[in-house]
Amino acid sequence: MTMTTDQHTVKAYDEELHFIGSRLAEMGGIAEKMLYDAIDALSRLDADLARRTIERDPKLDALQREIEEKAVLTIARRQPMAVDLRELVAAIHIASDLERVGDLCKNIAKRTTKISGDMRVPRTLVGLKHMADIAAIQLKNVLDAYAQKNVAAADEVWRRDADVDALEDSVFRDLLTFMMEDPRNISFCTHLLFCSKNIERIGDHATNIAETVHYLVTGEPLPVERPKGGSSGLESQAAAAK
Amino acid sequence: MSESATVLKPVESQPANRPSPSDIKLSIRNLNFYYGTTKALKNINLELETNKVTAFIGPSGCGKSTLLRILNRMYDLYPNQRAEGEVLLDGQNVLDPKLDINLLRARVGMVFQKPTPFPMTIYDNIAFGIRLYEKLPKSEMDGRVEAALRGAALWEEVKNKLNASGLSLSGGQQQRLCIARTVAIRPEVILFDEPCSALDPISTAKIEELIDELKTRYTIAIVTHNMQQAARCSDKTAFMYLGDLIEFDQTSKIFMSPEQKQTQDYITGRFG
Repeated sequence: MTMTTDQHTVKAYDEELHFIGSRLAEMGGIAEKMLYDAIDALSRLDADLARRTIERDPKLDALQREIEEKAVLTIARRQPMAVDLRELVAAIHIASDLERVGDLCKNIAKRTTKISGDMRVPRTLVGLKHMADIAAIQLKNVLDAYAQKNVAAADEVWRRDADVDALEDSVFRDLLTFMMEDPRNISFCTHLLFCSKNIERIGDHATNIAETVHYLVTGEPLPVERPKGGSSGLESQAAAAK
Repeated sequence: MSESATVLKPVESQPANRPSPSDIKLSIRNLNFYYGTTKALKNINLELETNKVTAFIGPSGCGKSTLLRILNRMYDLYPNQRAEGEVLLDGQNVLDPKLDINLLRARVGMVFQKPTPFPMTIYDNIAFGIRLYEKLPKSEMDGRVEAALRGAALWEEVKNKLNASGLSLSGGQQQRLCIARTVAIRPEVILFDEPCSALDPISTAKIEELIDELKTRYTIAIVTHNMQQAARCSDKTAFMYLGDLIEFDQTSKIFMSPEQKQTQDYITGRFG
């Protein structure tokens, strides 16, 4: 008997894991594209691009359901152990995170279609774009970390989420200021507030994926507490109102 | 009452005297084993904790059943088989040639892969072993038989047919009869050598449930090819390969994130 480390004795098992892995990679690609397009559409208030972004979401939802079903079936059929079990549990978690990223992008795009004809304060979009670019880099880096099973890269994403949180705080204060300057800005800025929150949540999902990758590779969870960059919205609101 | 029974009695009748759960029941030290000139076990060092279930896993020929058979000197039945090193049962070396083997096997019971009921009544299957060590009046013997059958979760199914042949029972019931026979003589350690490999899933579940219950009273070692069973039943798991002990750790650790690549390859089915 010889020992190998790459393939299972049962080839169909490898095929099932490979299938799930390839579907997850497809989801990652769609989620990244949705995020880039949602940000692009928002920063240029491009309603057409926003609508095309919204149309991609059902595909992401369908892939998530497919991955979940296949993973559960594989667990039932193969009773996976150790790294295989972690791989399948990770796939279920990551698919769920990516599906939520898609929902959040869709929400940004929907808001973009609503405010596209009512440009109020273009400079408010600069901070938001910067924040979204960092979230997009976080998402790209964590998907690369997953593909390469690179725990150091995943840990780096986990640590850097504080940057997105800190920027959200700053965007929040800016938007509050614009609303106080002119009440006609309120509707526009409120939509942007939600977009900012959505981007912050996308950063959180990237962090969740980083935690999943860390667990997948090492078998150990990351600490419960992670670095926080921003103060809570309520605290900021109180500070801004003074 | 025989002398061996006097030695055995305190174990069950005075549970307060049993070592605390964290104590070591069996300590295997520098153990080597030979089938003629073939070395089947290579310098094994391992400790079995009291009131814990220790599982042994590994591919065929890795030495796990050999190791189990050393623990109660079952290998003594065969010529040209030789063990070197120490196996300490409460500090006493069971490999000592002067040791009373019958007494050892009363303290370290064994349940085999295939159910092995004797061709006699259900009642006598249990009473047979007890009679080897103790002479009891009928009423007391009845109580011991019932207690053993209850201990093996078989009483309710056989209480109205104790005089039926042990061979008339189903495979799963026969295996529980064998477990009842083992616990009847009040051992301290029970060795299970693939106890469910010939059983259907429901009988397997009953045996697993039983093992979980038995560990509150006995120290248990189980050899199994069914890794899910090892994962479900045991507290600690030893992975063996070609006569070496590759990894020994908490069962949750072995099955979720083993240290050794060889362990991971085996439990995830990457052997070929």
